[in-house]
Amino acid sequence: MTFDSFFQNLANGISLGSLYALIAIGYTMVYGILRLINFAHGDLVMLGSYFAFYGVSMFFLPWWAAFIFAVGVTAGVGVVMEKVAYRPLREFPRINLFTAAVAVSFLLENLAIVIFGGRPKAFSRPPFMDKMLNIGSITFVSYTPIIIAVSLVLFVGLILIINHTKAGTAMRALSKDIETTGLMGVNTNKTIMFAFLLGSCLAAVGGILWAIKFPQINPLMGVMPGLKAFVAAVLGGIGNVGGAMIGGLLLGIVEIMLVAFFPSLSGYRDAFSFAILILLLLFRPTGIMGEVQPEKV
Amino acid sequence: MKLKRNTILTFIALLVIVVLLFFAEKSLNPYYRRILNLCAIYSIFSVTFNLIFGYTGQFSLGHAGFAAIGAYVAALLTLSPAQKAVNFFLKPIISPLANVELPFLLALIVGGLITAILSMLIAWPALRLHGDYLAIATLGFSEIIRSLMVNMQSLTNGALGLKGIPGYTNLFWSWGCLAVCVFIIKRLVDSSYGRAISAVRDDEVAAEALGVNLFKHKMMAFGVSSFFVGVAGGLMANLISTIDPKVFLFTLTYQIVGVTVMGGMGSLTGSVISASLYTIFLEALRPLESQFTIGSLTVPGIPGMRMVIFSVLLLLVILFSRKGLMGNNEFSWDGLFRLFNRLRSKKGDGSTGGDEA
Repeated sequence: MTFDSFFQNLANGISLGSLYALIAIGYTMVYGILRLINFAHGDLVMLGSYFAFYGVSMFFLPWWAAFIFAVGVTAGVGVVMEKVAYRPLREFPRINLFTAAVAVSFLLENLAIVIFGGRPKAFSRPPFMDKMLNIGSITFVSYTPIIIAVSLVLFVGLILIINHTKAGTAMRALSKDIETTGLMGVNTNKTIMFAFLLGSCLAAVGGILWAIKFPQINPLMGVMPGLKAFVAAVLGGIGNVGGAMIGGLLLGIVEIMLVAFFPSLSGYRDAFSFAILILLLLFRPTGIMGEVQPEKV
Repeated sequence: MKLKRNTILTFIALLVIVVLLFFAEKSLNPYYRRILNLCAIYSIFSVTFNLIFGYTGQFSLGHAGFAAIGAYVAALLTLSPAQKAVNFFLKPIISPLANVELPFLLALIVGGLITAILSMLIAWPALRLHGDYLAIATLGFSEIIRSLMVNMQSLTNGALGLKGIPGYTNLFWSWGCLAVCVFIIKRLVDSSYGRAISAVRDDEVAAEALGVNLFKHKMMAFGVSSFFVGVAGGLMANLISTIDPKVFLFTLTYQIVGVTVMGGMGSLTGSVISASLYTIFLEALRPLESQFTIGSLTVPGIPGMRMVIFSVLLLLVILFSRKGLMGNNEFSWDGLFRLFNRLRSKKGDGSTGGDEA
């Protein structure tokens, strides 16, 4: 492999990885607080891209307004999802919460089939994202650096929110102990809602960027990115926001590099990421950045 | 005396069911027969998930992958050599399999055994993980299995799937397998092994301290459970007569989890009822998705509507009854009689029915 194509693949891997990371953050925040694998999170990715699509094609919004509209509506869906389906189940056995997430996921996917139609739609990129860029002898499409830059800005923003705002501190406290945090005067419901809000916004951005990178959208498009992002969240150590970013980037780069170095194995791409996940779980069950929790008797 | 009454009742009930199945097999049209067959197959899926999660407490999301193994093994063993040659036109099938054709029972058992062995190989390292991590690992294995099936062209025919599998599955096969499965699992959970696996579910540390061999018991539950998942997969392959890897996406596992939770964790009766209701319900709603007419009005079908209704129902059941339809109670004649007596003595008393163990 030449030096140039290596860099091209690396850029490609980083942009795919940042998408995984954006989506993985939502999984990890919710898991950190509620210990819930929110399988409906992947479907928010799909909703984000569909809302952006309709914002442009139906309401004739300029692309930036359509994107903001899409992020807003998706965040609304995320918050409603938490309030209707997950909040009443918080005190129930965890399998109920998990099943609720499965039900919400089925609901969103099939509602999308009913409302948007099952046939794939072509997502049109904003014109400036379609340009070919040449840096030296490396060529890539302009959306690649844009995806990386947007993700980077969001990562930094999120870390600032989590580490330096009151709501962020409350979220970190909740992930240690919900009940005690509530007793100390934190409004748990509002904080959990805020976590869902943040997660859904990032999922929507992830969905829009996903549709820009792979411009064909369908109601089940969120399933695979969702699952992969979830793998990324576990790789990084589920419950840990920084871990989700690292896990996502790692997964994206490794996947692209596997296909680049061993084209004959490209059919095994999905299997490969799960194999990495399982190997990691066996040797370091809490992921790269996860804290080891002692077994309590 | 009482035991005798129950035995007689059970015997009569079994006889009635066999007669009913006989008539169903003879006189029902293929469509209804297929639904009834699917009821039994989904019941096996749900009952086995109940064994592994409801009784043993091991959150395994590998069902779809395990069912796929059973389905492919049974399909490859029952396909006639001529059909195999038709199926594998891209790449010939590997040699020893090309000429093998086994009777259905043997194919099912071999399918079950291979599924059990492979799943135990998977479980061997994975069972070191707990809770959600086990769930993720098994889900990953299930996807790896599916991915292998897409890619191993000369063994599974890849994404093309297998066609022309002989439709050996009939109501006796499917309900018979369900009966054997429920009987064995019920005997298992009522035995000392069953006590031990319940102990593992409730508190692993305490169970281990009391001398329960955690690994052995988890492996046993895994093996038994996946044996029957494999058998059910084989039944399914020989029922729908075409399979491809897409049938065994992890959404199949999610459906099984949903159905089992709806039926009640730790209730085999609940699993069977819930799985049957689910199958019948989805079929009953099928008209919603195809064009239909009310009077002179033609309503176009709405694809996806069935699953919308199902997921809303699933959500409602979980939200309003945390223990599912049956909780952890099983059907029993004593419970049925108690229920009758209660209904007779306090009609409209607001008593909350339900069978008790």
